[in-house]
Amino acid sequence: MSYQLENTQQGEKYNTIFSKVPAAERRKRHSRSRLRKRLLLGTYIVLLVLPLYWLLNMSLQTNSEILGSMTLWPQNLTFDNYIGIFTNPSWYMGYVNSIMYVVMNMIITMLVALPAAYAFSRYKFIGDKHLFFWLLTNLMAPPAVFLLPYFQLYYSVGLFDTHIAVALAHCLFNIPLAIWILEGFMSSVPKEIDETAYIDGYSFPKFFIKIFIPMISSGIGVVLFFLFMFSWVELLLARTLTSTDAQPIGMIMTRTSTASGIDWGTLAAAGMLTIVPGILVVYFVRNHIAKGFALGRT
Amino acid sequence: MNNKVYNNRAWLLVLPMLVLVAFSAIIPLMTVVNYSVQDVLGPNASFFTGTEWFRTMLNDSALQAAFGRQIMFSLIILAIQIPLGIGIALIMPKQGWQASAVLILITLPLLIPWNVVGSIWQIFTRGDIGLMGWGLRELGINYNITRNAGDAWATIILMDVWHWTPLVAMLCYSGLRSIPEAYYQAARIDRASKWAVFRYIQLPKLTNVLVIAVLLRFMHSFMIYAEPFVLTGGGPGSSTTFLTQSLATMAIGQQDLGPSAAFSIIYFLVILLVSWVFYTTIMHLQKDKNSQGGV
Amino acid sequence: MAEIILKALAHTYSANPTSPEDYAIRQMEHIWHQGGAYALLGPSGCGKSTLLNIISGLLEPSEGDVLFDGQRVNELPPEERNIAQVFQFPVIYDTMTVFDNLAFPLRNINIPGHRITPKVEEVAEILELTPLLKRKAKGLTADEKQKVSMGRGLVRDDVSAILFDEPLTVIDPQLKWKLRRKLKEIHQRFNITMIYVTHDQLEAATFADKIAVMYEGQVVQFGTPQELFETPAHTFVGYFIGSPGMNILDVRHHAGEVIFADIPLPIPQTFVDAIANTKSSNIKIGIRPEFVTVHASKREGALPARKRQVQDLGTYSIVTFELGGQAFKARLPEGHPEFGDDIYLTFDHDQLGLFVDEYRVEVTS
Repeated sequence: MSYQLENTQQGEKYNTIFSKVPAAERRKRHSRSRLRKRLLLGTYIVLLVLPLYWLLNMSLQTNSEILGSMTLWPQNLTFDNYIGIFTNPSWYMGYVNSIMYVVMNMIITMLVALPAAYAFSRYKFIGDKHLFFWLLTNLMAPPAVFLLPYFQLYYSVGLFDTHIAVALAHCLFNIPLAIWILEGFMSSVPKEIDETAYIDGYSFPKFFIKIFIPMISSGIGVVLFFLFMFSWVELLLARTLTSTDAQPIGMIMTRTSTASGIDWGTLAAAGMLTIVPGILVVYFVRNHIAKGFALGRT
Repeated sequence: MNNKVYNNRAWLLVLPMLVLVAFSAIIPLMTVVNYSVQDVLGPNASFFTGTEWFRTMLNDSALQAAFGRQIMFSLIILAIQIPLGIGIALIMPKQGWQASAVLILITLPLLIPWNVVGSIWQIFTRGDIGLMGWGLRELGINYNITRNAGDAWATIILMDVWHWTPLVAMLCYSGLRSIPEAYYQAARIDRASKWAVFRYIQLPKLTNVLVIAVLLRFMHSFMIYAEPFVLTGGGPGSSTTFLTQSLATMAIGQQDLGPSAAFSIIYFLVILLVSWVFYTTIMHLQKDKNSQGGV
Repeated sequence: MAEIILKALAHTYSANPTSPEDYAIRQMEHIWHQGGAYALLGPSGCGKSTLLNIISGLLEPSEGDVLFDGQRVNELPPEERNIAQVFQFPVIYDTMTVFDNLAFPLRNINIPGHRITPKVEEVAEILELTPLLKRKAKGLTADEKQKVSMGRGLVRDDVSAILFDEPLTVIDPQLKWKLRRKLKEIHQRFNITMIYVTHDQLEAATFADKIAVMYEGQVVQFGTPQELFETPAHTFVGYFIGSPGMNILDVRHHAGEVIFADIPLPIPQTFVDAIANTKSSNIKIGIRPEFVTVHASKREGALPARKRQVQDLGTYSIVTFELGGQAFKARLPEGHPEFGDDIYLTFDHDQLGLFVDEYRVEVTS
């Protein structure tokens, strides 16, 4: 040691233990900890996938095989369950209905949430804080609370059993969610961008669409993901507001249970098909999702 | 953002949203309030009951039990999912195709309709056709979710952990990704142990996302319905009947408008109260921590 | 004690490097002596941060060796190298107090508390952080944070080198010189090797005794600020150091004369001979703007040129002129004589530099 602070005794070294570990040993330790990580993650993924695999497994079996014996993979591979769903309009219309109200909800929500979130992120106005808080409380409202009033409301305005009814009902939680997430993303865009655009002669709508929206595109991607997610998975409201014409797939699935027992194969196939749109959506936003899950608030 | 401009024309931007949310929240909520103070006998026959329904509901022992179960359930799943989610986020790969693959796989359970989640677990845990039910039976474990309340609880919790831990993990993962590499490098040079890196670098950066995670998980778990309904139907007995199911049975099944409306309002207020208490506590704690360091 | 030697060191980020362009660091030899104050200067992307990370152990070099006091440390991770590093953006542990931040490296190696406190207080005193010790690190200003991260290196008594990676980037200009002086003071007091990465020549020159200039993955010159200015070893050094940089003229030899863009240059015979004997066709003559004299009228041995612009910078002026279709610069002291658009130039013959294949060649007279 060529320099010495007053409070260190001459010749004392605290760290001798460190440099004594041979390189090979250290590498081994490093790769062992890496391996342990991979092993843990692998275990979790297997546990995560196992129930899904089982569903897939059953969807490719005949009912007699399902009930007959325990088989870890289909012995007589059959696609009949899927073919049955795709050839029967009362089945596949369930998917169409679900997708229709989900897409409608995404469009409506985005249209009203984008300007509102912009207002919250850029301006102060009378009652802004209260309004924002009130919005968030809607996120906390149990859908069950609104079951009966929704049923009556949509029935009385003639929207019962339409896609738009479900799409509007899902706005209850999706609009607050969208505004909350978007506000986070928008606030992280410097205000100077807006001012520069106005100086450059952009009108508000032109600036908003041409400049601002592209700047928060990853935020929008994430919001769309969440909107899809919460609208697609919700059943309580969707089922209460529909009867035949706009019935969601989740409700149609209950048909597999009849007096003569449960049609397990079809139930499994129908279940598998409800996962597919989710896979597509998450595949499209996979590069934004890691950033976006922090909801613009890290 | 502290430099917001004061401009009341911003209301114009908020207006369309307000109209829609009013339609889907305020009008229905008014209906609920209206029902909660009346006894509706027929289309034109109703009379004012004041707080009677509220008193009935608050004294209803079945509801009190459901409420207790609900609190218990939410606490248990939070206690499991938050640490587990953090742990998973820590071991997720950070780049390359593996990162994308793990990301997609982990997100999957979040995108499955809730009743399908129930169906998946119903199938998975059945003794005759389900891998898990069958496996446990083969191991000589007496496992039956339709008869044994303990088994039913364990299964519902396992299902919820399977279903929602990914949300916590994803939130934490994105929180972790926002930590600049220099922090880890500095920690190595300072000879920080793995635990110290977690405690002093990673955990502080996760506070924000963890607040979101706990709030979201509390809210959603407090409203859980479809999954246990499909899996256990609330049974055996009423051992897994949670609040939303009680409410749905009352409102749709029995058409008890007044009581269910009163129940709804209490339910809503409880969630609001708990969330608010939770939120302000955390914000208070954080402010405390900061002001200690402040000028 | 650390004499840091880089032996046949090279680094590439690509898996199968084929051309020299694939290397972030091209093969190089270098010695940092114990106790020196060094700067590593170069434009962004020249590999200086890569080199720093190899020295600190955050990166393992793909070729060659890093030796600390003769011992090969290639595989040693940073925690075992007795070095400290200060990063571009201040890295502090937000949730801890300043005291805990400074004590952190000591606690990590289980030093008893009664030893830590005096040590931390001593370092805090030197860095003028004593009044802040009880504060949360989160609320500090950028320069205070940088001092804390430097302090974490200083509390460890095994640290023999501190590496700085553009540490003043986020510091307010008026505080920069203050912090730089503090660095200098610490260096003098502790006799620690300090390597300071920057792209700012002024910062490098005020901090370092010797500067290593990096260009395209190589150290092209290692010398005192004065050497870099007076005898740049590479055209890049000539161009990069000084303000404005060196004028570089692409020349060739023809019939006993040195020609720049069809103009015969009035330079000493020794230069003409040296150029005549050079096989390469990449020959350049460099002259710093400080050593160009501008005359208003024609005279013996002066080159005619055209004035383009004069920039008055107070104590001196920069004249941009056109010669052989290219723009060059001259730096004139205050109160220089007036001149018109047609000007005549002479070069200070002692200050001419000859560069063959971009590297300086000494011309003996």
